Formats: sequence, structure tokens, C-alpha cells
Amino acid sequence: MAETAIALKHVTKTFGSVVANDDVTMEIRKGEILSLLGENGSGKTTLMNMLSGIYYPDGGEIFVDGNKVTIRDPKDAYELGIGMVHQHFKLVDVFTAAENLVIGIDSHKKLNRKEIAESMRWICEKYGFRMDPEKKVYDMSVSEKQTLEIIKVLYRGARILILDEPTAVLTPQETEKLFAVIRNMKEDGKTVIIITHKLHEVLSVSDRVAILRKGAYIDTIETAKADESILTEMMVGEKVELNIERPEVKDKKKRLTIQNLTCYNAEGVKVLDDVSFNVYGGEILGIAGVSGNGQKELLEAIAGLQSAAPEAQIDYFLPDAEEKIPLLGKTPRQIRDLGVHLSFVPEDRLGMGLVGTMGMAENMMLKDYRSGKSFFVGKKHPKELAEKIREELGVVTPGISTPVRRLSGGNVQKVLVGREIAENPTVLMTAYAVRGLDINTSYTIYHLLNEQKMKGVAVIYVGEDLDVLMELCDRILVLCGGKVNGILDGRTAKKEEVGLRMTKLQNDSAPKKKTAKKSEEGAAK
Amino acid sequence: MQGFVTLIQAAVFFGTVIMFGCIGEIIAEKAGNLNLGVPGIMYLGGIASLAAVFIYEGSTENPSKAVCVLIALVSAFCASALGGLIYAFLTITLRANQNVTGLTLTIFGSGVANFFGGSLNTLAGRFEQIAVPVTSSAFRTTITPLADLGIVGKLFFSYGFMVYLAILCAIIVHRFLMHTRAGLNLRTVGENPQAADAAGINVTKNKYLAICIGAGISGFGGVYYVMDYIKGTWANDGSIEKLGWLAVALVIFATWKSINAIWGAYLFGILYWMYMYIPGLTRSSQEIFKMLPYVVTIIVLVVSSMKNSREKQPPASLGLAYFREER
Repeated sequence: MAETAIALKHVTKTFGSVVANDDVTMEIRKGEILSLLGENGSGKTTLMNMLSGIYYPDGGEIFVDGNKVTIRDPKDAYELGIGMVHQHFKLVDVFTAAENLVIGIDSHKKLNRKEIAESMRWICEKYGFRMDPEKKVYDMSVSEKQTLEIIKVLYRGARILILDEPTAVLTPQETEKLFAVIRNMKEDGKTVIIITHKLHEVLSVSDRVAILRKGAYIDTIETAKADESILTEMMVGEKVELNIERPEVKDKKKRLTIQNLTCYNAEGVKVLDDVSFNVYGGEILGIAGVSGNGQKELLEAIAGLQSAAPEAQIDYFLPDAEEKIPLLGKTPRQIRDLGVHLSFVPEDRLGMGLVGTMGMAENMMLKDYRSGKSFFVGKKHPKELAEKIREELGVVTPGISTPVRRLSGGNVQKVLVGREIAENPTVLMTAYAVRGLDINTSYTIYHLLNEQKMKGVAVIYVGEDLDVLMELCDRILVLCGGKVNGILDGRTAKKEEVGLRMTKLQNDSAPKKKTAKKSEEGAAK
Repeated sequence: MQGFVTLIQAAVFFGTVIMFGCIGEIIAEKAGNLNLGVPGIMYLGGIASLAAVFIYEGSTENPSKAVCVLIALVSAFCASALGGLIYAFLTITLRANQNVTGLTLTIFGSGVANFFGGSLNTLAGRFEQIAVPVTSSAFRTTITPLADLGIVGKLFFSYGFMVYLAILCAIIVHRFLMHTRAGLNLRTVGENPQAADAAGINVTKNKYLAICIGAGISGFGGVYYVMDYIKGTWANDGSIEKLGWLAVALVIFATWKSINAIWGAYLFGILYWMYMYIPGLTRSSQEIFKMLPYVVTIIVLVVSSMKNSREKQPPASLGLAYFREER
């Protein structure tokens, strides 16, 4: 039996009313490569952040090398030999590689750049990195930045390395290189923890896999005894019956066609890759995928907030006309006026949808201030609308002029969705509509979406809870690495199948198209 | 030639005041805090030193010059650092908006200083100006043999010690920021506090120290103005405030490098006084010339933004409050 490097006992962490880690008890062995596997929001990063000193646990104990420890800040973690490479790099752009290595340590020593560069070269040679100590971070590629982060952690003498989704930003070749380095580190006696949700990577690099689901620890198994289906099952869990209504709408009409949509992000990385699908009025199209696989860009591209590569084509069909209207090249306002509405993006709930310091009535006005002819804005209509939403959706607020910032998350969602629905959209796009909401409020939102669907609205629902997606949606489009990795029928799809498609690109493109077509035909009926 | 020498001398006097203000501000900004309270802080430094040495000179038979200088500098540093502390508490601990807090501090500082300055004038006698002759002369003592070396002496050695202290300060601060680990940590805090935090740097402590020490140094600008520039008196005319804003402009002109502040400050001085040495200017055309330092600052901003050189940009998180447990 190998020695234990880190033991967690009953570790719990909550953010407000959300439990991020619930009574996690697990062990990490010395000298192993452990994969920490789980869906989004399963609490992987939070758990590791407690080891690296970014968060402090609300309850439970942490043991390092058998001794009970208290990790208050990152310095404590470094002293215990724990170093973490965060998903968002913690580097200073205007500093050189060497300068970034030494920030925060040995503050009283002289800043001898030559000496630092020398030790840096030594580390590079030992583990097989390539990096020029004099290179500025702003001149580096993403993979170079990551390499620098790993060198930084090693330079600080970490024995236990935590890598948070290290491959998310890498090309396959770079990933291979990284894995080689990780194996070198293991040879050297280091313990490595990789947070990931890519199954094939788990299987190819790790010794053991620990699985988290919805904040709770499930189990740790030997990689040798695992395969993709076992891991998927552990990761997504048993199917839970939620009893969400799914009314059937007859006479579905084609509302949107998206063809060959390719988008690049600010760094020039492809975030959407040749995406094509149709959206019908009277259905809820679910979009499943690990977060950051293009969901946000997809919605924004339709709403006119994201520029797409030239070969893309997005066409909109008016409810009672056959004529198609191309959406690309139109301004977000023109698209809105056609009835295509993007509502709540809770990654940035207040930032994009509502103004936190304004009351409900004023937030209604944001969408409505252009309507009147007078020089002054009319307050009567927005006030009425706010009162109506407050009553119909049961928004709990002291008054319609109370800043929405002070409302709870659920009530903010209701205000947002209420406002969008009030404008009678023909396409309603929602992202993570129920994130952070309690069960009752979630059901209210599902109900609202279903009502829209019954009215013949095309609803696009980006979600993270597979159980909900499978009960609420008529069809589920799975995004993986910015590609459409299958469109499944919500009534017949298996949870494992969705989970697998989320984490692994299917090579069987021919049958995939067939399924997609079939379900589309089904939808069109 | 005579005109040239006096222009340079005027520029050095002028430049020294804003150089101190600028160096202090650079330290604060490198820690990510835009302290627009510099004019107020310079006011606080000026009035504190004046009041302290006024009391000392008044209560002692034979005031010692060394003690006078020491009292002036220590009291100014403390008062200014205290002003910085108010700003730091508001912006770091309470996370108030930095611009608003800074502007308020400027108003507060000038109000406090002019209030006590007026009182001191009253104390000194109904019709008299306050004067601290011993201290002022100590501040204005030149390095005797060198100052007599003709033009060279006049150009380089005809000043009080604060002129050289300012240059020394600029060099030390530059060395500290660019060539020590503590300086590297401080710059990390201003560039990327998340990175600093993850690297185990105490962001709050670094910001507090930088702002308070920076404010203390800025306060020396006020001391120099009161003791040397206007020769140990007080004037309720707002000229410190004007100089304080130029100090803030100089930070941008110097592209956040205190070493550049040395020549930048003198250049500002030359530009500011140039109207005196250009013949044939009317009162109104003089004012256009007084505008030059600001015009030059804008040009530097435009050029450095156009060049897109990453080194010449302000610290990346300048003006932003830092929350740790943000999710």
C-alpha cells in the first residue's frame, strides 16, 4: 500500500446557499497521477482550491503526510509542498518568464536574474520543457504560459502538483507533450492531480480516478480497471426522475437554420467548429456540453453578438411565412426586433441582462425606452409591466423600485425571463436558466419555458443538469469541442450516451447524421 | 545666457516639487491604486511641516538647523502618510471608488491646510505673514564652494538639499521597483492581484504600504514648496494644488518609471516658465504657454497608446479593487 500524500476528511464548502463540496472524504497517494473527474459544477476546482489556499473550508480536516494542517493562504500551501496550476493563469504579462517564477517568494533575497534563469534552465532540462527565461509573458502562446505555470510550481519546490483542466487550452500535440512531462514528474516522485472531464485523457495518463458528482465524492477507482462507460456512469449517476412536464406540440415549424457556423474567440482559438442544426417552433432544443465548449458563442452568434466566419449562414423563418431572413450581418437590435431573444446568461446574470442598481421598473425600461415618441421616457408602461411580472411570476421583492441587485438569484432570473417573455419572442434562448436556484423556482422556470413552447416559440435551453435536459427538452444537441457531437431525441436518449458524447467526440459521423436527421424528422412531424 | 540660467534654475525649483509628488504617486500606482489625492497630500505635507517648525522655532531660543529640517521632514511624512492611510482604508478595506476617494482627499487636504495656514498667519500677527526663517534658510543652504563655480555652479549646485534628495529618491525607487524582489512583488500586486495572491503575496499589506509610503514621499513636495519655493511662508492661493495635478500628469509622462520623472519634471518646469523668457508675450498669450506641460502629457499618452508598447502602459489592474473570494 502506497503512502498517503493528502487525506481529506469530511471537507465541506458552501458559497451562500450553494453547497460546492459536501462532506468529501478521500485520499491521494504519494507518487501517483490522480485524475479528478466530474461534470461542471461538481466541485472539483473548489476542492482543489482549498488545498492550494485560495478558499478555506467551512468544515472538515485536511492531512498532509499524515499531519493535520491548516491552509489559510497560498503561502501555507507552498510550504506544505502543494502547488496548483489554475485554469486561469496567474501570470504577470509584462514580466519575463524568470520574473514570474520568483514573485512572492524569498522576498528578502537579492533579485539575481541570472541565478533565477540558471535554476529555471535546470528545471526545464530535468523535466523536458522548453522556455526562454527572458521571454515576456505577453509574447507567449497559451501552451507556453501553461508550461511557465508548471515550471513556477516546480521552482517553488512543490511535491504535489494540482493541474486544473490543463488540456482545455491545448492542441492534441501539446497535450501529448504535457502528458510526457507529467509522467517525468511522476518518475521524479511527484504526486500529480489532474482535474479534467475528458475521459480518454483520464484513461491514458492517470493511475487512479476519483469521481465527484454534484459536490459529493463518489469513489476512487484504479484506471486499469476502468473504461469509458464505467466512468461516465459514475460521473453522471443514475437517472433521477424529476417529473418535469413535457407537453407535445403538434405542427412544429422550422424557425431557424444554422449552417456551417464557425467562430473564433479573442485569442484566435476556434470555439465553434462547423456547427449546423435546425430549430423548430414549439419545441425545446436542449444544448448539452461541458462548459466552455461553445455554448455561449453559439447563443451569441444567433443573437448577433458574436462574429462568425464568412461561410456561416443563419436563417430565420417568420412564423407564418416561408421566406427566410438571413440573420448574420444584422445588428443585435434588428435581430431582437424579429423576435429572437437571448435571455439570462447567469455566468454574468446582472452584467448582461439587468442593471443591478436599478429597480424592476427601470430594468423593464431598458428594453422599452425607444417605444414612445416623447422626448421624455414614459414610466407608466414599464411600471405596469413590472407589477404584472411581480404578480404573475411571484417575484419576492419589497417593491418594484428596489434595486434588483438586492433580490435573490431566483427572483432575478424571474425578472429577466419575465421581461423577455413579455415581448412575445418567437425564439427564446436561455443559458443555465436554473443555476443556483432552489427546486421550486426551477420548476417555475421550466413551466414558463413550456408555456412558451406551447405558444409555438422555439426555445433553446443551454443546461448543465443532464436529468433536467432529458426530461424537459424535445431534442438534445450535444456540443463537444465546439462541434455538434450528435443531436438526440430527448424522449429516447440515454443519460450515459449524452454524457459520453459530451466528453468524447464520436468518430462515427455517418450514423450520427442519421440519428440527427431522424430526430429532426421526428421534430418536424 | 543669464536668462537661460535663471530659466533652468526656475525649472529645477518647479520640477523638484512635482518630482516628489510624482515619485510617491508612481509607488501607489504600481500597487494598482490611482491616488488622485496627491495635491491634497502635498498640502498636508506642506502645512504639517510649517506648523511643526513654527511651534519649534517659537518655543526655542536658538533653534538648531538640523533639528528644524528633521522636524519638518518627519512631520510632513507622517501627516502625508496619514492622508494616504485614509485613502488606503477607503479604497482597499472598504473598496470605495479610487477616483472619487482621491478627489475627495484633494479637497480635504487643501481645506485642512488652508484652514491651518490661515490660522498660522493669524497667530503670527494680524498683518504679518507667518515665517520660519531658520528652517527656510536651512532648506535653502547651498553647497557653498560648488555653488560659486560660475555658470556650472549656478546650473547644478545653487539649490537646497531637497533638489538632490528628489533625484536620489527617484533613483532609489526605480532600483527598488525594478531590481528587488520586494519591488517585483509590489508590481505584481498592481499588474495582477489574483496572481499575487496565488503566489502568496499579501495584497492588502503591499497596497497599504505602497500608498502610505508613496503619500509620505509626495508630501515632501509640499515641504519643498513651502520651505524653499515660497521661502517658509504660507499662501492660500491654491498653487500647491496646481502643482499636484502636474505631478499626476508627470506620472503618465514618465510612463510609470521614476527614473524618467527626473528629466520629465525639469522639462515640465522649463515648459511652464518658458513664457517668462519669450519676449513679446501678452498676458493672454502667456497662458497658452502655461498649457504646454499638459499638452506634452497628452501627446505622450497618444504616442504611447499608438505604439502599443506593453511596457509603457499603466499597471494592468490600476484603479480596480481586489476581492478574493469572488466567484
